[in-house]
Amino acid sequence: MPKVTIDGKEIEVAPGTRVIEAAKRVSVDAPYYCYHPGLSIAGNCRMCLVEVEKMPKLQIACHLQATDGMVVRTNTERVLKTRQHILEFLLVNHPLDCPVCDQAGECWLQDYYMKHGLYDSRVGEDKIKKPKAVPIGPTVMLDAERCILCSRCIRFCDEVSKTSELGIINRGDHGEIAVFPGKELNNPYSGNVVDICPVGALTDRDFRFKMRVWYLKEEDSLCNGCSRGCNIQVHYNLDRPHHTGGERVMRLKPRFNENVNKWWMCDEGRYGYKFHDQNRILQPVSREGKKFQEKTWEALIPEVARRISEGRTAVLISPQLSNEEIFLIRKVFAEKLGSQDLFLLSPNADGFQDDILIRADKNPNTRGAAELGFKTSPEALQNLAEQINRGEIKGLVVFGQDVYARFEKLGIKAELNRLAWSVFIGSNHNLMSESATYVLPSATYAEKEGTFTNFEGRVQKFNKVLEPLGQARSEWEIIEALARELGHGLSYAAAGEIFHELALAESFFHGMDYEKMTQGGSDIRSMAMPTIPALEQQDNLL
Amino acid sequence: MEKLISKYFVPGKTFSLAEFEQDGGYQAARAVFDKFPDPKALVEEVKKSNLRGLGGAGFPAGMKWSLVPQNTGKPVYLVVNADEGEPGTFKDKYILRHVPHLLLEGIIIAAYANNVHKAYIYIRGEYTHPYDMLQKAVKEAYDKGYLGKQIFGREFALDVVVHRGAGAYICGEETGLLESLEGKKGFPRLKPPFPAVVGLFGCPTVINNVETLSYLPYILNRGAEWFAKLGSEKNGGLRLFSVSGHVQKPGVYELPLGVSLREIIYTHAGGIRGDRKLKAVVPGGLSAAIFRADEIDVGMDFDQLRAKNTMAGSAGVIVMDETTCIVKALYVTMRFYGHESCGQCSPCREGTGWVSKILRRVAEGRGRTGDVNNLLDICSFMGGTTICALADGAAMPLRSYIEKFREEFEYYVKHGKSMVDGTALETQTLHDTSHMSHVGS
Repeated sequence: MPKVTIDGKEIEVAPGTRVIEAAKRVSVDAPYYCYHPGLSIAGNCRMCLVEVEKMPKLQIACHLQATDGMVVRTNTERVLKTRQHILEFLLVNHPLDCPVCDQAGECWLQDYYMKHGLYDSRVGEDKIKKPKAVPIGPTVMLDAERCILCSRCIRFCDEVSKTSELGIINRGDHGEIAVFPGKELNNPYSGNVVDICPVGALTDRDFRFKMRVWYLKEEDSLCNGCSRGCNIQVHYNLDRPHHTGGERVMRLKPRFNENVNKWWMCDEGRYGYKFHDQNRILQPVSREGKKFQEKTWEALIPEVARRISEGRTAVLISPQLSNEEIFLIRKVFAEKLGSQDLFLLSPNADGFQDDILIRADKNPNTRGAAELGFKTSPEALQNLAEQINRGEIKGLVVFGQDVYARFEKLGIKAELNRLAWSVFIGSNHNLMSESATYVLPSATYAEKEGTFTNFEGRVQKFNKVLEPLGQARSEWEIIEALARELGHGLSYAAAGEIFHELALAESFFHGMDYEKMTQGGSDIRSMAMPTIPALEQQDNLL
Repeated sequence: MEKLISKYFVPGKTFSLAEFEQDGGYQAARAVFDKFPDPKALVEEVKKSNLRGLGGAGFPAGMKWSLVPQNTGKPVYLVVNADEGEPGTFKDKYILRHVPHLLLEGIIIAAYANNVHKAYIYIRGEYTHPYDMLQKAVKEAYDKGYLGKQIFGREFALDVVVHRGAGAYICGEETGLLESLEGKKGFPRLKPPFPAVVGLFGCPTVINNVETLSYLPYILNRGAEWFAKLGSEKNGGLRLFSVSGHVQKPGVYELPLGVSLREIIYTHAGGIRGDRKLKAVVPGGLSAAIFRADEIDVGMDFDQLRAKNTMAGSAGVIVMDETTCIVKALYVTMRFYGHESCGQCSPCREGTGWVSKILRRVAEGRGRTGDVNNLLDICSFMGGTTICALADGAAMPLRSYIEKFREEFEYYVKHGKSMVDGTALETQTLHDTSHMSHVGS
């Protein structure tokens, strides 16, 4: 194993390790733009030039392989001066339009200027004009003037999405990123080029100008868009509702997880966040004739509990629910109430799939439901429909799903009007919520915590990012309240307590620790960019 | 002085295969199989000849061959760099135009030495006539059985493909050339791996210049020692000097490595035009550092010129007389690099363009205090910081022109006009990019 010394710190690394990686491991900061751990080495930005003993020229740390006895210095006068000038070169033709640039605040040119630049500009020449605000696809906007030609986006499209829409046209300082003639940047992973663009050249058409990024707050979470369970961050805004018409979730960003999604997420997941703020059910209601009447939780919970206890009630479990919620439903309805009528209804389980991230099953917890004993069975659902049609089932508990649409897709004919009553527990309106007897508003995944089990059997935790909108409550709290009302005193302070019980009860979950699961992923931006001691810099400014 | 290659440079004439053979052509290639049953011995012979890479880098040719791994299970390719683009250099054009069979004979020898069965000739796009002559020669060689499945009736196959470039200087850089040959944009590659190990289509590849290969038949016919003795220490043989600029007789002169620059200018090229005084000389193509008139007593080989902080390069000798404005000459030079930078590395992409804009402004009489120092400062961060040598090639003239003729730059900035001819360039309108002919293409 080669042993290298970087700024006096010795480290042993695997053969073939790049110096930039070795440096990161001993917390030495070699700045870069073009390097990305998930892409091939381009070596074009030259920010990571370092001094190596016995080598007359400075070497780029991203390409240089660490060899035994190598002595690297990243902080000599020569390195710092060169770094400063590389930055100066990168800004020669940069338009410096930060005040109107959506990247401002998370721009590596700004950050590195404050850390490695801090020179007085001496560019007195006209800058080269290039196309600005060019939509190169449905999700991405290009500003060629801000581009530093690091080629990360090109390499992403060549190597990760394997769609190769992008290239560099023209030569020298007239070079610019462009889509090939007749093409547009429209692949299932387009949005990732915005994440990896270190400057304001590629911005997100969905997010552009919604909000300055320094107003955003962020919290780790999981994407619920398919059974991959990509690790994400939810970026949200609470303090300035007037900027965005009261909407809270502003954008989703992938979070690095070596075993699940690396640095990436798909566009379907990335832009599938609007339901957190749109079309929400905010208030418990009960049907009075053709109209809904607003009720309090205190009034409705006993009423629904009474209906459940009155006659045979079927429960349609959703793979959109967390492990804890499915476990709790099973515990209350099957174990405590002795019901045989629990069914899994899976929405959108046969969508688009590829061999990158996207799974055909658009539910985050199908595997978790299966491990808890619930699998989709068209025969069982057909059987249920027939019992409903014969009037044998009196009540129906639905979690979020549009049962009409699902049954129609499965070719099952159920006359739901034969039911004596139904309760819809969900976050967003649909046909089912419009026709149920009771509607109880529930939290979206960003408004509660819990775990999903992805298709590979990986159990991952998602955090509560936001308070539930309106009067919404998380499903496990609603079930717990119903159980209490039904005389089965359960009391969980948090989802973690349910998981603890679940891990003891179910062999699949044995040994798993809810608290440790928070370590599942890490922040994608800190993985892709060296840390910048922002506070130190601010002291300089003040 | 005996002429080797240049004896074929007969104006208006291209030697056909028959004519070339009549003059002893293809003898060396025909004999190489029996003379060197083990190709390794041939590599050793070329090492002994001290043949250097005459494209410009001067890397010992035999040494280059010995770095090619023969045990990878992949084919070894020979790529001939005929993308002669270094300003002031036009010797390969003469070979391709007058005696393309000499190159083909050299290719056969190099192919045998390196176990190559496919060779690519990457020829500069603008060389239309030389291309026609080369293509015709390749066809003649195929028809005659000197190329193809069994060359000279031997169990040795060799195919030669001629590929035309599209006009980019950077495609003469060997890895930029490989990218272009593979159908990609001419972006030089990161090294290592070097092309000898991972070259064309990921296979071990020998890349040699036209002139380097064209000397091989002579080395085989007359011996490595004879060839080595023609030149100077460690710099074997003759080479073709392209002499241009303010001399009486510009042209290609075949002279020993190590010949003095004074002799090239005054003896062979007939001295300075119109009895004017010599002012400066670029010794090895535009990318070489410039000499003042008092520095021309220097031996023109790779090692002696390196010792003088310049380079033998492509042996393009550009002579400037006393009427030359060095400031304008440097502007034209830097405009070239700004135009030809591939744009991959930040220091080169931005530096060459920036420098040429500053020089344009100075040349227009709009120079500012500090411009000259800024140019030198920018220059010191362009060289040695990039993937390929283009930025170094721009930095070398930039630094040397300014350091050796600083008073001319200071004068131009102060007075707004040339110290030499008293004029300034016309001011370009804002964002006039007509001097960047590739814009929009």
